[in-house]
Amino acid sequence: MIVYGTKYVIEKKLAPSSSAYVVIPFSSIILALLVGAAFLVLSGHNFFEVYTAMFRGAFGSTYGLSETVVRTIPLTLTSLGVALAFRMQLWNIGGEGQLYMGAFAATWVALTFPGGSAWWVMPAMILLGMLVGGLWALLPAIPRAIWGVNEIITTLMLNYVAIFWVDFLVYGPWKDPHGFNFPLTATFSSGAILPSLGNSRIHAGLFFGLILAVIFYVVIYRTRWGYEIRVTGENPGAARYAGINIKKNIMLVMFFSGAVCGLAGMSEVSGIAHRLQHGLSPGYGFTGIIIAWLSRLNPFVIVIVTFLFGGLQVGGYIVQTSGIPSSMVTMLQGLLLFFVLGGELLTNYQVKKVPAKKVTAAPAGDDSV
Amino acid sequence: MKKINFKAVLALTTVLLVALLATGCGGQESKQSEQSKDQQGEEKLKVGFVYIGPVDDAGWTAAHEQGRQYLEEQLPYVDASDYVENVPENPSDAERVITQLVEQGNKIIFTTSFGYMDPTINVAKKYPDVTFLHCSGYRTAENVGAYFGRMYQARYLSGLVAGKATKSNIIGYVAAFPIPEVIRGINGFTLGVRKVNPDAKVKVVWTNTWIDAAAAKDAAVALLDAGADVIAQHQDSPGPQQAAEAVGKLGIGYNSDMSKMAPKAVMTSPVWNWGPYYVDTVKAIKEGTFDSTPKYGSLTYWGGLAEGVVGLAPFGPMVSEDTKQLVEQEKQRIIGGEWDVFTGPIKDQKGEIKIPDGQKMSDQELLEMNWFVEGVEGTIK
Repeated sequence: MIVYGTKYVIEKKLAPSSSAYVVIPFSSIILALLVGAAFLVLSGHNFFEVYTAMFRGAFGSTYGLSETVVRTIPLTLTSLGVALAFRMQLWNIGGEGQLYMGAFAATWVALTFPGGSAWWVMPAMILLGMLVGGLWALLPAIPRAIWGVNEIITTLMLNYVAIFWVDFLVYGPWKDPHGFNFPLTATFSSGAILPSLGNSRIHAGLFFGLILAVIFYVVIYRTRWGYEIRVTGENPGAARYAGINIKKNIMLVMFFSGAVCGLAGMSEVSGIAHRLQHGLSPGYGFTGIIIAWLSRLNPFVIVIVTFLFGGLQVGGYIVQTSGIPSSMVTMLQGLLLFFVLGGELLTNYQVKKVPAKKVTAAPAGDDSV
Repeated sequence: MKKINFKAVLALTTVLLVALLATGCGGQESKQSEQSKDQQGEEKLKVGFVYIGPVDDAGWTAAHEQGRQYLEEQLPYVDASDYVENVPENPSDAERVITQLVEQGNKIIFTTSFGYMDPTINVAKKYPDVTFLHCSGYRTAENVGAYFGRMYQARYLSGLVAGKATKSNIIGYVAAFPIPEVIRGINGFTLGVRKVNPDAKVKVVWTNTWIDAAAAKDAAVALLDAGADVIAQHQDSPGPQQAAEAVGKLGIGYNSDMSKMAPKAVMTSPVWNWGPYYVDTVKAIKEGTFDSTPKYGSLTYWGGLAEGVVGLAPFGPMVSEDTKQLVEQEKQRIIGGEWDVFTGPIKDQKGEIKIPDGQKMSDQELLEMNWFVEGVEGTIK
């Protein structure tokens, strides 16, 4: 890249400064808000009012705050789930499908044993939801471990299989017999519904996320197995040389990754929907990938980033009642993401000026970056 | 430059932030004075609307939006300015949007898509003083009414038009989801087609989406390739009619008058006209005469051609006078009440008599409809 006769290159920083982790995302958010403000002003809206309304909608009232927490529950679980696989450089893009399979298995328990006591129905839903979510992730993990089949493609494709499987059930055999042929299962009985806090929709699934964040941290940073995962992720060659069983670890890590996403599905049907239905998740499995990435796969950062992300999603709709079209809100959310993810580049890379004499030595027309 | 100067970045963003706050505060004052002007008038009755699509989708949501605007025009004491578009049908989002509308002071809330049924019921339990009206579902409560329209009647009339127009005797039907509402519409349409053209078949393709215009177009193209020369639809967008126009074939729109989007193809469109119902309902709630008890199967309200909730958009120039007369005649027969679309004899796809001669299906049977009439090619999965 040559600007005014001077050559610039982008190169990786050896060690990003710790302040960069705070300053750059913060500046990115401000820049995104400024660009968004420009669009809002150009289309004749008061940007300050829009931003305040979004913030109030998400964090400014007890109800808004409670809804942000509600949104945080499935997102924390899916981000933790995929982050575990990402730790080992396993690109599990199938969180959405694993969520649906977890929801499917939990619903099977709820529909097969209606009226069962929560003391055994609830643990059964949790365990089966995790088991089936985990098996769904194990399916692409086996060809990956044995033949090196690209897991990005297989996990992505299995999402659609899982979503259509759930659609098949709710349009067909699991349709509520008293539901006038609409695509919904019967409502769960009280034993299959996670308890919620007071009058809000915050349900016990919140604890799943918080407990798993701690377990995730302890396992990854404080156990021998976690060490193996990290070494395999950062340097597979060294891991093999050190005698780490990579194949076994690929399958184990993918299984647990899927199990955590499956738990997200279980908690969503049991805590929020109270039945299985078409369109259960508005892309929690995919948003979880972005969050895991932004949080640098750190479980505690995941919890915080998820909360902010939940707020961004929750704050959006209500702004419409002050006359902002929904497309504008979607654009604002997109801008924030674009800038924060773009800012990542500056954290790990730097723009460097190449001394002038090197430029003259370079062959003509060379504009490589 | 070995390292980015973070102090400079921080300083710059701080300056920008201060500038943003300063200009922003100025703007806020002007808006507040606007609001106080509104408050000088009388206390208005706030009515909120929740929409599945954008208000300019030229389809389902646009029809409800016209109803909302009509309500504001007709009843000066109503403030129906709070509406929320593009609200997904997942259980997490819809319940929050409805609750926030209540918190903003709306006393009557119309939730206009099937997927908002459980969320509406859940919110209604927490706010007994607010009245909710849910479109196209089956659950009611003391303060929740279920409303819908007999679209199958208008679809029957549009089927007469399609049956007269087809030369290949294959009519394509782009349908969203295999739920009773859509199935009832396909059956009503097919009965109309077969009344004037007993040899014609109606081929059904499911898109599994309401609002994906590209998917709707693709489905229409597949039907045109299969020999269809008229394309009917149950989607929220005019995509299928545009696909028909592109290859010089004909189409029947849906939801609102789609002739503007595909003038050469659209012969007519079965349309919704929610305005009068919204006005009557808001009046009844204000006067305390509203009753949510289901009277039509599981529905509180189920108006049809007679009530004007459904109808046909103006005919295109390609529709003959003969056809127009026939449609008018059949319309009067339905409005008169002596006959309705689903009156026997009606056969199912296997050719077996499903509704015996002279027998009329009950409202509840219609609302649960889960089988295709003879002449439909396609499956309910």
